[in-house]
This record gives sequence, structure tokens and C-alpha cells, in this order.
Amino acid sequence: MKTHFFQSLKLTLILIVLAGGVYPLLISAIGKLTPGGGDGQEIKVNGKVVGFANVGQKFTKDEYFWSRPSAVNYAADGSAGSNKGPNNPDYLKDVEGRIQNFLKHNPDVTRAQIPAELVTASGSGLDPDLSPEGAKVQIARIAKIRNLSADKVAALVNAHTEQPLWGVFGPSKINVLKLNVALDQLRK
Amino acid sequence: MNTELLGVVAMYAVTILLAIPLGKYIARVFNGEKTWLNFFAPLERLIFKLSGINPEKEMNWKQHLKALLTINVLWLFYAFFCLLFQSHLPLNPDGNPSQTPDLAFNTAISFITNTNLQDYSGESGATYYTQLFVFTFLHFVSAATGIAAMMVVFKAMKDKVTDKLGNFWDFFIKSITRILLPISFVVAVILAFNGTPTSYKGKETVITLQGDTTHVSRGPAAGMIAIKQVGTNGGGWFGANSAHPLENPNYLTNMVENISILLIPMALVFALGFYLNRRKLSWVIYGVMTAGFLTMLLLSINAETGGSPALAHMGVTQATGSMEGKEVRFGPAASAYWGITTTVTSNGSVNAMHDSMMPISGMGQMFDMMINAFYGGVGVGYLNFYIFIIIAVFISGLMVGRTPEFMGRKIEAREMKIASLIALLHPFLILVGTATACYFLVHFPNINWAEKPSAWLANPTFHGFSEMLYQFTSSSANNGSGYEGLGDNSIFWNVGAGIVMFIGRFLPIIGPVAIAGLLAGKKFIPESAGTLKSDSITFGLMIFAVILIVAALSFFPALALGPIAEHVSIK
Repeated sequence: MKTHFFQSLKLTLILIVLAGGVYPLLISAIGKLTPGGGDGQEIKVNGKVVGFANVGQKFTKDEYFWSRPSAVNYAADGSAGSNKGPNNPDYLKDVEGRIQNFLKHNPDVTRAQIPAELVTASGSGLDPDLSPEGAKVQIARIAKIRNLSADKVAALVNAHTEQPLWGVFGPSKINVLKLNVALDQLRK
Repeated sequence: MNTELLGVVAMYAVTILLAIPLGKYIARVFNGEKTWLNFFAPLERLIFKLSGINPEKEMNWKQHLKALLTINVLWLFYAFFCLLFQSHLPLNPDGNPSQTPDLAFNTAISFITNTNLQDYSGESGATYYTQLFVFTFLHFVSAATGIAAMMVVFKAMKDKVTDKLGNFWDFFIKSITRILLPISFVVAVILAFNGTPTSYKGKETVITLQGDTTHVSRGPAAGMIAIKQVGTNGGGWFGANSAHPLENPNYLTNMVENISILLIPMALVFALGFYLNRRKLSWVIYGVMTAGFLTMLLLSINAETGGSPALAHMGVTQATGSMEGKEVRFGPAASAYWGITTTVTSNGSVNAMHDSMMPISGMGQMFDMMINAFYGGVGVGYLNFYIFIIIAVFISGLMVGRTPEFMGRKIEAREMKIASLIALLHPFLILVGTATACYFLVHFPNINWAEKPSAWLANPTFHGFSEMLYQFTSSSANNGSGYEGLGDNSIFWNVGAGIVMFIGRFLPIIGPVAIAGLLAGKKFIPESAGTLKSDSITFGLMIFAVILIVAALSFFPALALGPIAEHVSIK
């Protein structure tokens, strides 16, 4: 027993250094070579950081494409989902409220055109993306409030649509932050 | 076929294409044959020399268990005290507080048992020190513990009459240097190049495009996330686990992480065949496991891509399926696939919130963990399966009226007692735990605890019951995923789930190792015409039947009260 104990103790110390120290430092050194240098990929407008490409942020103003609802209000230091069950009556009331709100701000849209992702909270609360439909359904509102032609906004949405991986795997998507940054530049 | 389903098919196809050669490689490693990673040998020799270990010394099954338990208890104390005092330790750029004693108890057990139930949130409940020097470290060693224990059983099945079953430390260290570390390294580099942070910087404050202030948590996460998948650990860097866009930035990383979840558990099934030179046995076991896996997978993918009936009633369009708790970049098919792979393998990481999935998916996920042997956790999955094999052999023996034997050894009363106890332990822990929780909820809803039982559940009725059932199922199966609506950072859940995880880890390791050790010491009986062939389809069907009967009879009533009741009550 005693030999097991001291062998275990020494082995543990060595492995703590190896797995907790050396291994992450090595990955960190390699991370320096990646885009963003391992700090996360930032997006800048006029030299000022406005966010991280992969981390979703809150867009609730009518002149921007809205991002999805978030259970944590896009707090990027406390990610979480709503954890509401699909048949929870309180949850269904929340969803109905979001539908009403969306219809109020997008009078040209009918209920049947709203994609579910715009009235449901994401898993992380930080979903950076929308599906192409989630963006398209907002084009009329954006075009009107920004005095742009709907075709021009639609072209921007198309240009920002990322196809499935290698064209064959997974869903198409649009990064909301990148889309909105481009939208701001469109006005100029 | 649409691109979402294609993605799922591709993930499974790549996994099996990698698992077969990896299984062959693992068998070579433990047979002591030369492999292309032999350049690790000097490092291994150095580790053994510094620790005063002679890796050539043969151990019997009792010595193996002594070594395993000694080092695990040591890790438990180390982890507990680190978490209890983490705010005083270095590498805490975000100034996070120490964990409370009950939370530290739960978290320490959770990580040594390869469970990684996380009653804390990574961004605020841990420091970079504990994330790296406790969690990442434990991710490696808990996975290696499972593989080493499994190797004792493999070895016992291989040799003729013997009590010499190899050296525990040798199995343990080689699991890390030859298997876990190289694969994790590759996965971590892929993650890093796709945007997962690797630097040691703390939170960054950003003014967003529309003018809100937000604080973005990060840290040296890529390495930890890699081993969390590869070692079927599942405990992530961030609170939302692999649903978090820094932890799992795009569909490619999702494929890589999800392949990593299933890779080693599947490879170990093939390793058995290569190691014993009985490849057909591997295919029989693989067939049984895959049949169970695919059944649950198809149910779940169908439920998630079909969308939520309640939302359909409200008139919105669900072209992309059910989206509550899911991320746009993965979609419902890949989320359902992850949900089933993570629960069959005792991994427990998530890329979507299970609490918000359809009740049929919840049933599939819980059923996977109740069986806990369809592929299973690294090493321990096969140990659980071994128990089902022993029971199947025994029942088959009774049916044909012969003494039951497996791999040339008689299965007798002593082995059967151990196997039955271990098989019954899992339902016992889950059902008694859930019943106790229900008792407190009903009779003491407002007892004077920091979090009162009346505040535990995020959802009413059947789904609320499922939250409690899921928590104990996940704990006993050492899975670690959760219905996260449950208010689990409270004394009842921290302590209750902690005890269940501990028992649910170590007894199911001790049992199979003991059985294998006892069998290895018995007289070898050569196969004859009357021997039930262990690598036949008949035997595979027999194991499948035993699994269904043992699990269905134990768990069906509880599932009927939770997810099944919720499913049939949808209007």
C-alpha cells in the first residue's frame, strides 16, 4: 500500500505538469500562428473592435438584422440556453410574445413566414448566425428604415450566405455581426 | 438527401473508417509491438524512473485494483482542495471565486470519475489554474484509468491459466502517451485554427455594434476541449459546453469533435478482436452496440428535424426543425446525432441543450445512459458490456442445460453473484436517487436549504420529473450531460449526485476486473461441439436480449412517468 501511495504521488505530480502545463502551453504556442493569435478573432470597424466573429451579440434595433433570442441576453461571460421543455406553458407564452413583437416590427411579414429560430433561444445564448431565411424575412424592414432598395439588401444577404461545409455537409448560415457591419458600410 | 443528413452520415462513416485501424494500433501498443509512436518510449521510461515504478512487474487483479484506487483517491483530495481554494491560486485573470465545499465535492468526484457533471459554469466557477491543472489533467488520467482497467480484462481473457495480468502503471501511462495525448493534440490544433482560443488572456470588454457593453470570456481552451471529447469526459471550458461558439466554432469543428466522441470507444471494440485474435467476436459486439445506437439515433433525428408540435400549432415555420436550445450552424440533425453519441459513450458534452429537445430524444438519451454499454465510455464501456456478456453466457447455459463457459472458463456462482450485483447497481442508484429527490420535492418543498426543492425544476409536470431522472441517470452512468434547467448547484444535488457518481464509477470497475481475474485463474476447457460460440450471431442476439430485458424491466416505469408521458400528452 505504502509503495502504491508514493508511486502514485510522484506519478501524479509529473502528470499534472505534463497535462496541465506542457500540453496547453504547446497548443498555445501553436495558437499564436492562427488567425487572431489564439485570443479569438476580432472584428474591427474603423480600427475599433466591435466584437468577436464567432461570438454572437445582441441586435434588437430595427435598423440592424436581429440576432436570435438569447436566454442570457448575450452575456458572453455566462453562456447558457433557456432549458425550457418543448411543452412548458410559460415558455410557449414567451414564444408567442416574441412572435407578436416580430410581427409588430415587421408589418409586411405574416406569421407563417417567421422561421422558428427567430423566436427560440439558442443553446449557448451566443449564437452568431442566422439561417438564410432568418435574414431574408427581415429584408423589408431594413430596406424601409434605411431607405435602401430591397434588392440591394437582398444582394448583401446573398453575398454573406455561407454555404454548407465543402458544399455538402451541414446547414447554410449567415454571420449576423459581419452582415450588419457590411450593412452599415452600404449606407455610405 | 439534404446536407444536414449527409453531414451525419459522413461523421459516422469517418468514425468507423478511423476506428478499425486505431483498434489495430491500440492492440499493437498493448501487445508491446513496435508502433510509429515508439519515440515516446524515452519519455515513458523517464516518467517511470522518476516515479520509482517498474513497469515490467506483473500484477494480479487485486494489485491492479489497489493501484487504481490509491491513485484515484489521491486525485480526489487534490482536486477538492484546489477547487476549494482556487481564488487564492495563480492563473485567475477574471478574479473568479472559490467553490463552496459541496460544489467542490461534486466537481472533484465528477472529474475523477470521468463524469464531468458541471454544477458550476466554466466562465465564472473555475479559474485557468483549475481548468488546466485540475480538469485537463483529470480528463487525461480518468480516461487512462478506464483504458487500463479494461486492459486488465483483455489480458485476463487472452492468457491461459495465470494470475499475472500485466502492470497497471504500464497500461495507464501508455494509454496517455500512445493514445490520448497524440489524438488530443491533433484535435486541439484543428480547433485552434478554426477559432477556439488558446491564449492565457482574461475576459475582453467590447462595445458592440449597436452600442451594448459585453464581456467576452476566453482562455487556453482548445487543449482542454480536445481531450474532453477524446477521453469521453465531456466537461467543457464554457458553461454552454460545445454549443458555445468559441468551444465549437463551425460545422467542421463540430464534425471533428463529434468523431472524437465516438472514436476511441469504437476503436476499443476492434482492439479486443485484434488483441485476442478473435476479430469475429469484435464484429458481434460491434453489431449489438450499433443496433442499439442506430435505433435511438433514428428516433431522435426524426423528432428533432420534424420540429416542435407546440410551435407548429403557433403557426411559425420550422423548415430547419426544432430550434430551441440549438445553434444555427449545426442544425437539428447534427444536434440529435451529438445527443445520442454523447449519451451512448458516457461523454456528456453537448452541442445543444438536451432539456429543450423533444421528449422522444430525451427518452433515447436516458435509455442510452441506462444501458451505458452501446460503445460506452473509454474502457469502462467494454467493462459494462462484459457484465452483460457474463449474464448472457449464464442464461444461455441454463437454457441448453450445460455449465456456462466463456472463452474456455466456467462461469460459476461467485462470478455470477458479482455480475448480478453490478448489473443491479445501476438501476438501484438511478431509481433510488430519483425517488429520494421526488420525496423531498413533495414532502419538504420549502425546507430551509439555500435552494429550496420547490425551486429545483425549470419545467412543470412530466418534464420536471425527467429533469430529476436525467440527473441521476447521468450521474450513475458517469455521463455528465444534464437537463440543465435543474437547479443542481445546491446541497442535495451536489452531494447526492456526487455519491452516486463515485459508487457508479468504481464498483463497475472493480466487478468486471474481479470476474476476469477469477476466471483467468481457472482451468482452461478447450472448445467442443457443445460449446456456445461467443463469436456467433446467436450469441449476439442473446446479449441484445439480455440488455433489453435487464434495462427495459428496470427502467421502463420511470421512463413512462417522464419522457413517454410527455410525448403522449402532446396535443
